[in-house]
Amino acid sequence: MNFLELIWLIPLFPLAGALLMLLVGKKLDPQPPSEVAVAPGVQPLVGGRAHGGSDGHAAHGARTKVLISLLCPGTVLLSLIFAVGAVAQLGGLPERIYQVVKFTWVAGLPFFTAGGTAARFTADWGFLLDPLSSVMILVVTGVGFLIHVYSVGYMGHEGGYYRFFGYLNLFVFFMLMLVLANNYLLMFVGWEGVGLCSYLLIGFYFHKKSAADAGKKAFVVNRIGDAGFILGMLLMFSVFGSVRFLDVNQALSSGRFTAETAGFGVLSAMALLLFLGATGKSAQFPLYTWLPDAMEGPTPVSALIHAATMVTAGVYMVARSHLLFRLTPETSAIVAGIGAFTAILSASIALVQNDIKRVLAYSTVSQLGYMFMACGVGAYWVAIFHLYTHAFFKALLFLGSGSVIHALGGEQDMRRMGGLKDRIPVTYWTMFVGALAIAGIPGLAGFFSKDEILWQIYSNPHGFKLVYVVALVTAGMTAFYMWRLMFLTFHGAPRMDAHSWEHVHESPRVMTIPLIALAAGSALAGWIGVPKLWSFLPEGFRTFEHWLAPALSVETAGHAAGEHAGEASTEWLLMGLSVAVALAGIALARELYLKRLERAEALRAAAGPLYTTLLNKWYVDEIYDFLFVNGLGKGGGQALARFDNRIVDGGVNGAGWLTRLSSTLSIWWDTWIVDGAVRLTSFLVKLSSYPVRVLQTGSVQAYALVIVLGAATVFAWYLVR
Amino acid sequence: MSEHLLSLVLFTPLAGMFVLLLIPGSRKDLIRIWANIAGFAGFLVSIPLVLRFDKNAAGFQMVERHDWIPSLGARYIVGIDGISLLLVMLTTLVGALAILSSWSAIEERVKQYYAMFLLQQTGMLGVFMALDFFLFFVFWEVVLVPMYFIIGVWGGPRKLYAAIKFFLYTLAGSVLMLLGILTLYFQHFKQFGFYTFEIAELMKLDMPLGLQQWVFWAFFVGFAIKVPMFPFHTWLPDAHVEAPTAGSVILASILLKMGTYGFLRFSLPLLPKASIDPLVVQILIGLSLVAIIYGALVSLMQQDWKKLVAYSSVSHLGFCTLGIFALNPNGLAGSVIQQINHGISTGMLFLIVGIVYERRHTREIAEYGGLAHVMPKYATVFAIAMLSSAGLPLLNGFIGEFTILQGAFEANRVWAAFAATGVILGAAYLLWLYQRTMLGQITNPKNLRLPDLNLRELAVFLPLVAWAIWIGVYPKPYFEILEKPVAEIVERVRPDYFHRAPVAAAPLEVLR
Repeated sequence: MNFLELIWLIPLFPLAGALLMLLVGKKLDPQPPSEVAVAPGVQPLVGGRAHGGSDGHAAHGARTKVLISLLCPGTVLLSLIFAVGAVAQLGGLPERIYQVVKFTWVAGLPFFTAGGTAARFTADWGFLLDPLSSVMILVVTGVGFLIHVYSVGYMGHEGGYYRFFGYLNLFVFFMLMLVLANNYLLMFVGWEGVGLCSYLLIGFYFHKKSAADAGKKAFVVNRIGDAGFILGMLLMFSVFGSVRFLDVNQALSSGRFTAETAGFGVLSAMALLLFLGATGKSAQFPLYTWLPDAMEGPTPVSALIHAATMVTAGVYMVARSHLLFRLTPETSAIVAGIGAFTAILSASIALVQNDIKRVLAYSTVSQLGYMFMACGVGAYWVAIFHLYTHAFFKALLFLGSGSVIHALGGEQDMRRMGGLKDRIPVTYWTMFVGALAIAGIPGLAGFFSKDEILWQIYSNPHGFKLVYVVALVTAGMTAFYMWRLMFLTFHGAPRMDAHSWEHVHESPRVMTIPLIALAAGSALAGWIGVPKLWSFLPEGFRTFEHWLAPALSVETAGHAAGEHAGEASTEWLLMGLSVAVALAGIALARELYLKRLERAEALRAAAGPLYTTLLNKWYVDEIYDFLFVNGLGKGGGQALARFDNRIVDGGVNGAGWLTRLSSTLSIWWDTWIVDGAVRLTSFLVKLSSYPVRVLQTGSVQAYALVIVLGAATVFAWYLVR
Repeated sequence: MSEHLLSLVLFTPLAGMFVLLLIPGSRKDLIRIWANIAGFAGFLVSIPLVLRFDKNAAGFQMVERHDWIPSLGARYIVGIDGISLLLVMLTTLVGALAILSSWSAIEERVKQYYAMFLLQQTGMLGVFMALDFFLFFVFWEVVLVPMYFIIGVWGGPRKLYAAIKFFLYTLAGSVLMLLGILTLYFQHFKQFGFYTFEIAELMKLDMPLGLQQWVFWAFFVGFAIKVPMFPFHTWLPDAHVEAPTAGSVILASILLKMGTYGFLRFSLPLLPKASIDPLVVQILIGLSLVAIIYGALVSLMQQDWKKLVAYSSVSHLGFCTLGIFALNPNGLAGSVIQQINHGISTGMLFLIVGIVYERRHTREIAEYGGLAHVMPKYATVFAIAMLSSAGLPLLNGFIGEFTILQGAFEANRVWAAFAATGVILGAAYLLWLYQRTMLGQITNPKNLRLPDLNLRELAVFLPLVAWAIWIGVYPKPYFEILEKPVAEIVERVRPDYFHRAPVAAAPLEVLR
């Protein structure tokens, strides 16, 4: 079977699952879609709507529900199989690149650039498999499959089971479109699509206002980045005449464009706009605030979308555009700077959060910062390597926290946890592995990728020493907050009420098996990217770098060749330093949160304002709300609405009023002046006729008298003369 | 028959109206059935237009010409190009659906209501088909009357205010437009020695820039009020709010497009020098950009559901006029596609308001909340309409907006940057509307028993949803239909446009 020809099918399996679920899923899952949630004070209907119903119906429902549980993870498994097959066959191709174009999706009209060149904006419904996208599809389908399986257990008792899986499958479809697209516009389809699914899944419990708010926030904040993406894409098209990855890369490597070392040119603008898109999707400063709120979604969603896959899309996009970023060193420096700033900012917030999922959320933001640091210093393969290891241990930690929350009946506050170690051992030990991995303990996945990032930053010839220090400090903070989470959750005395403690139970196997699989991944996944320094290991241990070399034009030659003795010893030293920092972080957490809790209290009291600031997330949300949501958005909207009502419409109504006024005046004028003149004339005529009228009585005798008198007068006059 | 296809499409609704008038007013259901048959027939007879349309042919197709008023030189000339074709199809489909959606909403004066709708159909189709300025103007004014009555008779509490405002405002615009038309008419006599209103003849006029500008601004007032462009838009929220649902649908989906169509068909080709004049372009682009951002921000703070959608129209139509005055193929084609998209998605949004208005008789957003719990099908349709309006890829709105942005970007990058903020704000007001009405808990006990969509209501939405997905997933045919007419307009306004560099049929291929 030629899997390479069939890569276009990989996204379609989950799409089929999603359509099936969203169109007919309700018939398979007779549970109410969600309880009809009514606000306090509103009388709910008694037996109003026929939901669920009789036992026979329920039994039928249980059977068909199994169908959902098999079908939806099954579609992702199918994608995984096809992905593995395709990647295996890709390895056999000499150039490791394969493109399938199904049809022309968008074919715009002629476009003339300022330079006078003409092109059409064309985007295929086309797929590109290369080493970079192959890593991504394996992560998406692999981790995605495990999380689907876990969800069967986690969401089993929730209403809207079919809807959940429908959205989750839809997400996998869009995510696979994103990573398999052969051009930026189709990538943007996936990019927006995953945003939509994220919106739907964050707001899954849409009866909760906080969930609906968080979903909306995620969508709107992402849209800011998307506007950048769109403009970047247009700029790219106007410069290169195409948005296909291969066309763009060919143009960039053709030598027509030289690196913009001095100042910002058109390539820098392009790179910055695309990076703005990346900061939205990958939750980097200043657009990171949506991600912690996104934890309102169900925990498997946090694991899949907000840790392992979707939020790494920005990193993927920057890596995909690496030739562009390589030509714009100053933009790359900005990428590294933003990454470093985000990493330490969010790590500092994670130090004091009490919600177990929020700690992990800020940790994700921080780890994404690491990936951008790696991109910024040009170590794209390391960024992807960290993306890949992070997918394992962060998905594991999220799913583990889900298992804890599940065991405690929905409790997420670590202040009401503790002592769970022996009650839920599988969860504990798997999370233990994950926490060691993220802390960077040698041998585990996180160590290899994080250490490589630190080394690449340090050894970059352009000098990123400040970034290095930030990254190192962040590594210590990471170990600290992660182990603070572990100690608060699993160690010490239980702090929940007795009732909850009674009901603590290990999760079912359908949930623990994915945990174990991910723990195995967190432990072992790093061994395909061991440091060059470990030259005692065969090259096979560095498969990851070699695999990605053709796609990312890995230029580690400089580092590899320059491995003179001094540098090797520096590298050993730095490795020791990062391990020491990690251990110190863990030790400090142990000291404060396991041994002497009162010290933690004292420290908190001593650092009062700082602690409050961190707890309130540096008040960034409040500042944004003040400036943008309430200020620019609502305030501006209100002001404009008033302007529209009073001034613009007021003008129209004023014109109407003026018309009416002038009409009234005209009527007055008409009645009194124009018609007045007429009437005056008639009056005057009447007046002047008055004397005559006196005579004109109509009485024949009077006329006869006048005639006689007149005749007499005339006659008299005649006689007298 | 086939040589009279356009006349058939044009007069089918009118014929339907005359038959309708013969039905006694008391037989309401028979009237409804007949009106739906007439509306649907109007759509069916328009389908052959698509089949017979030749996208590779230049100029107008299926042209019919007859003498009408020889003493004035007015003729009956109808014909379509790609732009008209799309708008005609939008009109016949949305018209039929609007009639279907009125079934249970209208109980008073049913016969007169449907008669007005059918009359209006013919008027609007005439506007999009007429190739004689006199004929165009007649149809343009014919449209005004039924809509005046639809708002004024079957409207809400402030219907008289809204209807009169609508009528007078648009009439004021058309008077100036008439002056413009007469100027062209007399100019033509002066230059060629005979009187005619035929567009093709008037295009031969050679007028100095100054005169073109005068005529342009005269047309501008007429068209800008109809679009409506900022700041001529305030009749729109009132008319929308007071109009019955189907009236709002027709108003938003089709009536507004008469304005943008006017720019495309008359202002640009007849007055090319004025249309490319930098001052004119800057003013029109400025107004468009203001409309995009202003309309969106004002929408954000509306408390009335219908008013919110009405202001969103101002924002969307801002995109359409931006595309037109980018004066390049992508801007123009994107504008036409976005006009269709706006017809589909805003039509749906008004139908959506209508559904709950019929059940609850209020449009206050605060009266709703949590409707998704009791009306899941409705919530799904609303979500699709919202996403299509917000420009999500794979739905229609994205194709339109993106193509317009492409055109704007080609003309001036700064315009595109400003317009892109509309993309952000569009998502904000729509999602917030959706959240306030559909999500959360049910806060109003009156909403607990709202019935979900019935079959008839679903049947109204399905064709629109399908069309929205079609344009989003496979927009290629639309670009092909529009390529020729758009190129003709660009060629007319910017004769040197296509003579700069050869256009590749497809971009360079790296891999085969």
